[in-house]
Amino acid sequence: MNGGLWKGTRLTYVALLLAGVMSVFPIYWMFVVATRSSDAMGQVPPPVTPGGNLPGNLDRLFANTDAHFLTGMLNSAIVAGSVTVSVVFFSSLAGFAFAKLRFRGSNALLLVIIATMMVPTQLGVIPLYMLMTDLGWNDQLQAVIVPGLVTGFGVFMMRQYASQAVSDELIEAARVDGCGTFRIFRSVVAPALRPAAAVLGLLTFMTTWNDFLWPYAVLNDPENPTVQLSLRALSNGYYQDMSQVFTGTAIATLPLLVVFVIFGRQIIGGIMEGAVKA
Amino acid sequence: MATSLDTRTEPGTPVTHRRPGSPGRPRLSRIDMKYSPYLYVAPFFVLFAVFGVYPLVYTLWVSLHEWDLLAQEHPFVGLANYSALLSDSDFWNSVYNTLGIFVLSTVPQLLLALWLANMLNRQLRARTFFRMGVLIPNITSTAAVAIVFGQLFSRDFGLINWVLGFAGVGPIDWNASKLGSWIAISTMVDWRWTGYNALIFLAAMQAIPRDLYESAAIDGARPSRQFWSITVPLLRPTIVFCVIISTIGGLQLFTEPLLFNSGTNAIRGGPLRESQTMTMYMFENAFAPNYNFGYGAAVAWMLFALIVVVAIVNVLIIRRAARSS
Repeated sequence: MNGGLWKGTRLTYVALLLAGVMSVFPIYWMFVVATRSSDAMGQVPPPVTPGGNLPGNLDRLFANTDAHFLTGMLNSAIVAGSVTVSVVFFSSLAGFAFAKLRFRGSNALLLVIIATMMVPTQLGVIPLYMLMTDLGWNDQLQAVIVPGLVTGFGVFMMRQYASQAVSDELIEAARVDGCGTFRIFRSVVAPALRPAAAVLGLLTFMTTWNDFLWPYAVLNDPENPTVQLSLRALSNGYYQDMSQVFTGTAIATLPLLVVFVIFGRQIIGGIMEGAVKA
Repeated sequence: MATSLDTRTEPGTPVTHRRPGSPGRPRLSRIDMKYSPYLYVAPFFVLFAVFGVYPLVYTLWVSLHEWDLLAQEHPFVGLANYSALLSDSDFWNSVYNTLGIFVLSTVPQLLLALWLANMLNRQLRARTFFRMGVLIPNITSTAAVAIVFGQLFSRDFGLINWVLGFAGVGPIDWNASKLGSWIAISTMVDWRWTGYNALIFLAAMQAIPRDLYESAAIDGARPSRQFWSITVPLLRPTIVFCVIISTIGGLQLFTEPLLFNSGTNAIRGGPLRESQTMTMYMFENAFAPNYNFGYGAAVAWMLFALIVVVAIVNVLIIRRAARSS
């Protein structure tokens, strides 16, 4: 599996470098504008190196009364954090049950889970909105947290990993020692699932942090947004101070970039392994 | 101590090596083995039933009613919402936009991903570096991307028009025309998803046995021929998978077109609805300013039907193409 059959030629490297530049440039440019004064957008040729206006832009961003940016950051951290913990826990538990415990109907239930991954549940936003109104959850964070607490993708991914990463002998030995199934999960299975759980956690955090459509529908109180809604409020103003807007997008992207730089290898591994098995 | 020794040697205990415990233990453990798996998988099913299946089915019910947010009563109107939709030119405009943007964003995306995967599927230095390079657009937030690309495509000071200016192409008002806004929005989608799909294709390419290529090379097949007659046909299941995923995602496009259009016309996709997608049309009708849940729900089901039809058509096309090659 060490690369392909063919050697990479100079042309391969040029092509890949070009693809990399195209990928990184918009992000880089976002950070450039975030450090410039607000007339950067009108300059010809456009600036491509960072300037020194970041502190001033940050001040204006945090003081912006339309965007509530800091509240948005905090809310997004709460939402993405709690969803991630919950998805990892419940998906591991269910994945373990599907991979290692025998129970009637398990195959059928697993098929149902795979099928749910194909259903565009976003189309249910209208009744979901009505449901949240009935529950009195409109404009509150639990409206965006609770529906995401466990996902079909997570269960399936953990099931795939558990079936090859946890040996049956180990589970049998724990059972012989008198462990109940939950004890087996806690002391034998969970430690072995840690690599996959990390990848699932990272992917879940990033997806939830980036989520836009459902928060846009259900969180209508401008003073209690997620960070993506703050960005929308920023960019939707009548007077557009682009360096301030771009400072917002840059700060909102920064946590994801940090995660990606530290764990990029694991995230790539997770995506590629999932692809082969799916 | 003595008791525990006693239980261990008790003749009645089967050889299943149970640790000493209360007499109820085996029974408890049997119940545990039999029922706790259901407990462990239950959270997903409960949650999906409440927040996934129920809303989707209930959407159908709502769509058969005149259902206004503020009204006290929601009279049953049968298929009236649907027949109104079918003669609603704004609805058909959103279908047209959705399909146009979908084609412009999916076809180049998957072709480019295939090509990128083929480049990555070689002996490379700094492998992880290049893979991270192509994946990085995928991890950024959709809203941020839409805002940044909105500026890249702006008429007066956008970088794209500035670069095109060197080729003698006059400044294009991307927001003002259908095709222009389609291209801008599709570019965002292509930028975000090409690398992700490339990694999935790459994973599938690496699973193709090498001796297939070796024997093809002995038979004198050039690399490009090997690519089209070995790699692509063997990648068919993965291509089908990516096409279906892209179809589901692409036809529901919402965030990119919404943020590409700023101001009060945003949800309409511009003053003349140049880039309003079906999901946006659903929102416009179901939420502010109209709050007509019934009509919005009907749009949602039409969109669902469209996704199913397009997915099936795509799979048939790929099957046929693979058979003929």
